[in-house]
Formats: sequence, C-alpha cells, structure tokens
Amino acid sequence: MSTSVPVVDRGAKPSGGNPRFFRRLLRRPVAIVCCAYLAVLVGVAIVAPIAMPSVNSQNAGDLFGANQLPSWSHLLGTDTLGRDVLSRLLVGDRVTLVGVVEALVVVLVLAVPLGLAAGYLGGWTDRVVTWLADLTFSLPAVVIIIVVLSVFPTSMLAGMATFGVIAAPGLMRVVRSATLPIREELYIKAAEASGLSRTYILTRHILPRIAGVVIVQASLLAAVALGVQTGLAFLKLLVADPAPSWGGMVADGTSVLLLHPWLIIPPGATIAVTMLALSLLGDAVRDAAVESWSAPVRTKRAAAKAAPASAGTTPPAGALLTVQHLSVSFPGREQDVRVVEDVSFDVAAGEIVGIVGESGCGKSVTAAAIVGLLPGSGRIDGGSIWFGGKDLARASEAELRKVRGRTIAFVSQEPMVSLDPAYRVGFQIEEALRRHRGLSRAAARDRALELLRDMHFVDPGAVARRYPHELSGGMAQRVAIARALAGEPELLIADEPTTALDVTVQAEILELIRELQMTRQMAVLVVTHDWGVVADLCDRVVVMYAGQIVERSDVQSIFDTPLHPYTEGLLASNPHLEPEAATLPMIPGTVPPPGSWPAGCRFSARCRYAVAACAELEVAIEAPYQGHETRCIRYGQLIKA
Amino acid sequence: MSTHPLLSVDHLRVEYPVRNRPPFRAVDDVTIAIGPRETVGLVGESGSGKTTIASAVLGFAPAAAGTIAFDGEDITGAARDRRRRLSASLQVVFQDPYSSLNPSRTIGKTLSETLRPHGSPSKSEVAEQVASILERVGLDPGAADRYPNQFSGGQRQRIAIARALIVRPRLVICDEPVSSLDLSVQAQVLNLLRSLQDELGLSYLFISHDLAVVRHISMRVVVLYRGRVMEAGPAAVVYNHPAHPYTRALLQSAPIPNPNLQRARRTSRQRSTPDLPSTVKPESCQFAPRCPWAVDVCREQQPPEELTSEGVFVACHRWREFAALPGGGADWSGPRLRL
Repeated sequence: MSTSVPVVDRGAKPSGGNPRFFRRLLRRPVAIVCCAYLAVLVGVAIVAPIAMPSVNSQNAGDLFGANQLPSWSHLLGTDTLGRDVLSRLLVGDRVTLVGVVEALVVVLVLAVPLGLAAGYLGGWTDRVVTWLADLTFSLPAVVIIIVVLSVFPTSMLAGMATFGVIAAPGLMRVVRSATLPIREELYIKAAEASGLSRTYILTRHILPRIAGVVIVQASLLAAVALGVQTGLAFLKLLVADPAPSWGGMVADGTSVLLLHPWLIIPPGATIAVTMLALSLLGDAVRDAAVESWSAPVRTKRAAAKAAPASAGTTPPAGALLTVQHLSVSFPGREQDVRVVEDVSFDVAAGEIVGIVGESGCGKSVTAAAIVGLLPGSGRIDGGSIWFGGKDLARASEAELRKVRGRTIAFVSQEPMVSLDPAYRVGFQIEEALRRHRGLSRAAARDRALELLRDMHFVDPGAVARRYPHELSGGMAQRVAIARALAGEPELLIADEPTTALDVTVQAEILELIRELQMTRQMAVLVVTHDWGVVADLCDRVVVMYAGQIVERSDVQSIFDTPLHPYTEGLLASNPHLEPEAATLPMIPGTVPPPGSWPAGCRFSARCRYAVAACAELEVAIEAPYQGHETRCIRYGQLIKA
Repeated sequence: MSTHPLLSVDHLRVEYPVRNRPPFRAVDDVTIAIGPRETVGLVGESGSGKTTIASAVLGFAPAAAGTIAFDGEDITGAARDRRRRLSASLQVVFQDPYSSLNPSRTIGKTLSETLRPHGSPSKSEVAEQVASILERVGLDPGAADRYPNQFSGGQRQRIAIARALIVRPRLVICDEPVSSLDLSVQAQVLNLLRSLQDELGLSYLFISHDLAVVRHISMRVVVLYRGRVMEAGPAAVVYNHPAHPYTRALLQSAPIPNPNLQRARRTSRQRSTPDLPSTVKPESCQFAPRCPWAVDVCREQQPPEELTSEGVFVACHRWREFAALPGGGADWSGPRLRL
C-alpha cells in the first residue's frame, strides 16, 4: 500500500476496456503497417482467383518464354513452364491464407476451451487435459502430418487440421496458466457466490482477461502455420498441380536454382514478409495490451541534482535530520505531477517522530525520498534533506549508498520482500555487518547472533540458520530490523512497520522499536496511518494531507487539542474511541489524488469548518502555540469546539 | 425471534490436505448462530480460520464434519443448483476492493449480472435497480457506465456492497470489508453497512482482525484462535470484560489512540512467548503455548466450553481464576476509558 508507486494519474487514466485496446494498438506505426499488409493479402485472396480464373488450371504458358527475368509483360518474370509468376503468386495467396486460417481455427477451437476448462475447473479435468497435451507433445509432428496426407492426398484441410491439433497443446498451456491466477481473483469468487453459471464466468469474466495473451499467441502461431503450410506445399503434399501455391512456387524455383536463382525470390520474399508481419503484429499487440499497467522504466537519480538551491546551503544546527521545503514529483502522462510539496520537519537525536496520514498523502514518498529510494522515476525537485552535515537531496548515488544502511536504516512494511529468499537470514545480517562495519567473518557471525538475541529470539542460532520463508511475519520483521541495525544507525526510518502484522505481533515490534530507541539513543522516523501506533511510540507527530504538512506538534497536544480539522476528523473516525455510538463521526469524500489538488486549502471541500476564504488563498502554516503548528485559518473554531 | 436462526454453523470442521502429513485443521468444532437482523463479529489473527469459516458457508471449502444450515435448511455440501437459489439470500463482500471487481467490466455489468440467476427482468428494470442501488450506497448512478479503475478503494468497496445488496439478500458475509481502507473511508463504509442493515433488515457475519471495528458493528462477537472458538458472547461484555486470556491479549495489544493511557497500559500488558511451536496437540488448549497462565492441564486437555454468568461462552480451563485476577476480569476497564 504505502511502498507502491503512487498512482499519479488515477483520475486521468482511460478505462482498460477492449475498444480502447484497439485504439492503443493503432497508435503504433508498426501495427498499422502490419494490419494494412495483411488486409491487402486478404483482399487479394478474395479477388485474384475471381479475376484470373484460368491461372488455377494453367498447365503451361509460353514454353519458349520460360525462366524469364522481370519485364513489362511479366512484372515478376515467368516460371519453368513459362507461366506468369505474379499472377500465380496472387492466385496462390488464397490457398495459403485458407491453410493458415484452417490451422488457426483448429488450434483456437481446441486450445482455448480446453485451456480455460483445465485452468478454471482444475482437479480431474486439469489432469486429463494436461496428460493429453503431454501425450501430443511427444508425438513426431512432421511424420504424423505426412501420414495423414498420404491418406488424404493433397487435402489442405486434413493437413492443416492435423497441424492444428498438434500445435494446440502449446496454446492450451498458455491459456491454462493465464487462467490460473485469474481464477484466484476475488471477482471470480464473488461471481460464484452470486450463483452465476460456470459458462457465464468463463466467457464473461475470464475470457476477456486472457484475450490479449491469446491474440499474441495466435498471431505467432499463424506465422508458424504459414511456414508449415508452405513447407508442405513445397513437398507437393498440399496442393495438386497445376494450381499455384507459394510453397509450390519455391519448389519450382529450387529445381532450377543454379540456372535461374530469381525464381525463388518472389514467393520466398512474400513468405518471409508475411511471417514477419504476423510476428511484428503479435509484438505490437502485446505492447499495447500491457501499456496501461506496465511501469515506466526507472531513471536513476539523474534529475536530483537539478534541485533548485532555494533552501540554505549550510546545514542547520541542532537536529539530526532536517528536511526543508522538500518537494517530490513523478512523471505523469502530460507533465510531472507533484506528490509531496514543501515539506519541512526535523528529527532530533534519540527522538521518535511519526508521519501520519491516509494513503495518497505523500507520507511514504517523503520517507523514501530521504534515503534516495523513490519508487519508479520519482525525483526530488526542490528543498533539502540535511543529515550529518550533508544535503542528501543533492548527494550522489555513491554518497547515498554510504549513508543508507550505515547511518540511516530503512525498514519497510513487507519484511518478507526485504529479505532475500535464497540466503539464510544469519548470512544476510552478517553480510550487512561486514559491509557496513568491516567486521571479519567470525566477528560478524558473533555480532549477528547478538543482534538476533537483542530482537528477543529465544534461540538466535536456530533463527540464523533459517531461510526467510521459514519465518512468520513477525519474526521476519524482527530479522529485518536486526539487519537494519547492523550498521549501528543513528536514524531508523520505518515505513508502516507493523501494518501487515497481527495485533499481538505488532505489540512486540513496537516494544522492540521503543527499547532500541532507549538503549541505543537511536532516532526513529515512523510512517503510519494508525493513531494507536502514534500514541504508543511517538514523541512528535507530523500530519500530512494531499502532499502537504497540515499539522506539526508534540504527541500529547495533537490528541488533546488537534488544531487542524483533518487531524480532528481522522482521530474522531477511529472506532476505538466510539465503541458505543451508532454512527461514527466521519470525514466526507476522499483524499484528492496528486495532480488534482484544489486551490487554497486542500482540505476545504471536506471540512466542516470551511468558509469561503479557505478555498481562495494558499494557506500558510502558523504556530498558535509553541511547538504546535497548523495549516488552517479557522483553527480558532477547533479550540472553541 | 423464529425457532431457528438464519444461519447456524454447527460443530464445523474444515481440513486442508497436507502432503505426507495428517490434514491441517483450519477450523475445528466451531458453532455460530446468526439471527435475523443480527450482526455477529468473527475476530482473530491470521491463521485463526475466520476466512475459512466464510468460505465454508459460501460453499468454497468443504466441511469435514459438522453442518451449516441456512434458514433451517441444511446447506452443507449443497449442489450448484441449490447454491444458485441460495445466492438470492446469501451474499458476500470481500476485503480487497481491487481484486473483487473485474477490471474489464463496467460497474453496471458487474452489478446487473448478480441479478441473472434470479429470473430475467427487462433491461430497463435492471438499469433502474442498478441506478437505485448505486444511489443507495452513495454513488452517482452514472458510475454504471464506468470501469473499476476510475474509482478509489473506498468507492470500490461501496460498489462491492452494492453488488451484494442488489438481490436484496438476508445475510451478507463481510470478509474484512474495511481492513484495506483508510481511517476516514473505513468510518464511511462502517456507517453505510449500519444504515443498510437498519433499512433492509440485513444480518451480517462480520469478519475482522480489528476488535475495535468488530465491537463497533457487532451485537455478538466470536473470538477465534487457531481454528477454535476461545470466547463468544455479547460484544460489549467480551470487549469490556474479556473472559479468555487470548481475548485479553488481543485487546491489550491494540494500542489505544491516547498517549497517556497507552503509556499506562503498556506497563500492565502481559507478554506472550514470541517463538511458537508450529503444531500444538489437537487435544489441548490451542492458546496454551502462548498463554502466561497455562498449566499442565491446558497442555493435556481441550478445555470445555462453559457459560459465564454474563452469557459468554468461554473455552478456558482457568477462566474462573482468571476472572478473579486483578485486571483480568470485570474491573479491567481499559478500552472503555475515553479521552
């Protein structure tokens, strides 16, 4: 939730329906060219045999004019029997395309229903279908097609249908494995719970979701079918003379290859271009299909140095970490989208500061920016982050690497994700110790066990020998904290460290963090949405809303007298505080997404104290009390209420 | 109240096969009854079997023992046809509002398909019903033509509620419906569920890991641990006077949003052993390895379910002694304290 890339264009994104998909596809020049070429082939296949009815039965042309190079009377020359190459190529188009379509239809008719059934129904259906597919895989394809064609000589349908049957298991497996994850989606369960029939679920819910995969595979299969079809025609197994086919024309050319090499070029080139068109179309279809959800490639911190020197260039005295006027942007569809704007706060040595807010308010992005771990291609485009006399907002990747893990440690919401599944946890802690502290192998091993003991593991040795998947969520989070502490950091940044954990486990982790802060005088910056965690852990609190800080205070005052309506509303909507009430006090509406922040006070539209003035001017932060600041012009009303 | 409850789960056991080992008992001997217009909360941590109970009621997980009856009729292992008819009265709202809506179908299609198995109303009737249910859950009727990715998590959860309610069911299973929502949106959805219950006479089986949320919405609460019922009774009693050490551990672990109270609470919190054995003997108290009050009998015998004077069923060998402990029973008023 909090570690993911913020959805900067949630409002502007077009829906992912099928009509949009084709529009996306046709934005690609390659796709347009391929589609146009294939459309021409289809047109020729329909028109040519009608326009030139004699070509199919033409046994020989002008025998004296055989094997000619292109000329005005024969644009592509003549073949070994003096027939016009161009007209044979055009008329042969139909039989070629028909063969490809026959193969495709057989593949799709077999593979899609079977794959869907195997993936969705599972159990016996899956076992039988997979077994049959494996059996087909083991068959010698070419031999079988040739045997079939010896029974049905020159039958295009028999040949290509056989090919279709043999090729179907490949697509069937793709369909099956695409269906498996969709079967687990909750909307399938919801549809089942609604009593909808299996056929309905398969055709309306699952099929549209796997259509992209099927289209890609089908276009690739078409290319393969074309190759097989021309190969069989080359062997004169599919088309009886004198009817033209592309493969047959290649065979004709091959017979006089040394004397007249030109003859194989027109059919050969046509076959190659058609196969290329089919494959490229498949690629374009895939790209268009994933475009809507694939993340942009991460650009390294190249832009970070462009941060304007708006803030002072000398480190402020006093605090361990000082964030000044920090702004963070993510590239959007048209322009960059601000996600964090003008955020300033500091953390003193040994202090626990909480950043509170709902998702989409920029709290996780703020935490990630401090250690230079912004997701995707987010970048710092203003402000400074002073830590240990250095401005981390302007630091190079190499400088950041020195700070990260050594003086600033980072613990994320998903402990399992942060541990490498391939290594024992003891080794992972030792590795961090050796890198950050330069310990020897033996010293690192002892220190790792010591760290695990500090995490209250009863048998640290046994834990060190385990792999991450052998740990429960709470144990994994304690291991992740142990590894974060390897560099003896002065500051621990914890992004929702207990959100994914059970409440009894959460209590252990919170206790552990507090204990570490006391025994090591370590500062902690904790990002959370849970007021209970704030109350339990923090000395001071920063409340964020829509990318801004709206309130800053010591922890007790914020609970006793919140000075921003958002803070007040959030606190009140907690069912912890109103167990008896029939309805919970609530804030109407939702957090506006980045990019569509309203003018003036960003909370004004949801605020029960709002007056006309609130929406007019940008509200500055002010401090009604010593150490308690708010971004609200009506805070007086809150004190009265 | 009628003679039989709307939903009654009787001594339910659900098992999952484990390779080369005896099957894993996800739910063991669980009995729950839900009356008309009643909300029963099912609370427990991960692995407590709360979602498995929901799956069994919905027919996704087969019962290894015990029965499930809806409106007096046994629906344990009901056939597809019976399930289809049942879906007119029994619906579900899932936790994840992102996965529970098909991204390639418009909201209108998602809502109207729920009506399909129950007669075939005309197009205009369907459109009317879709519009009215959308309005009822607080969304613009124009939402019907849009796709799920144009809605926020809270709005999606409203849509999921609308999908469940469009057939006018009698019981809705809510599987962690607010767990993935932000605090302000969580309050909106809880209030919506409450007002819909009053208006439509719904019953809820409300599953959550958050005791405060369950307490707020439920009339009765069932506390589960490792597939067994630890404690079950009126929500206020269970919340204010926990009879079982596990319930108390749950309550004390959830930090109170008040720094002073939380500080005081921290010092009195009981510690439980963090490193757990992965298996516990079936014929013992499942909580015994973590329980600070566990004695030999807890590790040897399964505690019987006993009824306290306050109408709470508790499965603990030592609940009487526990109730007499300072801070263990009625005088423990932690969560009732206000700011």
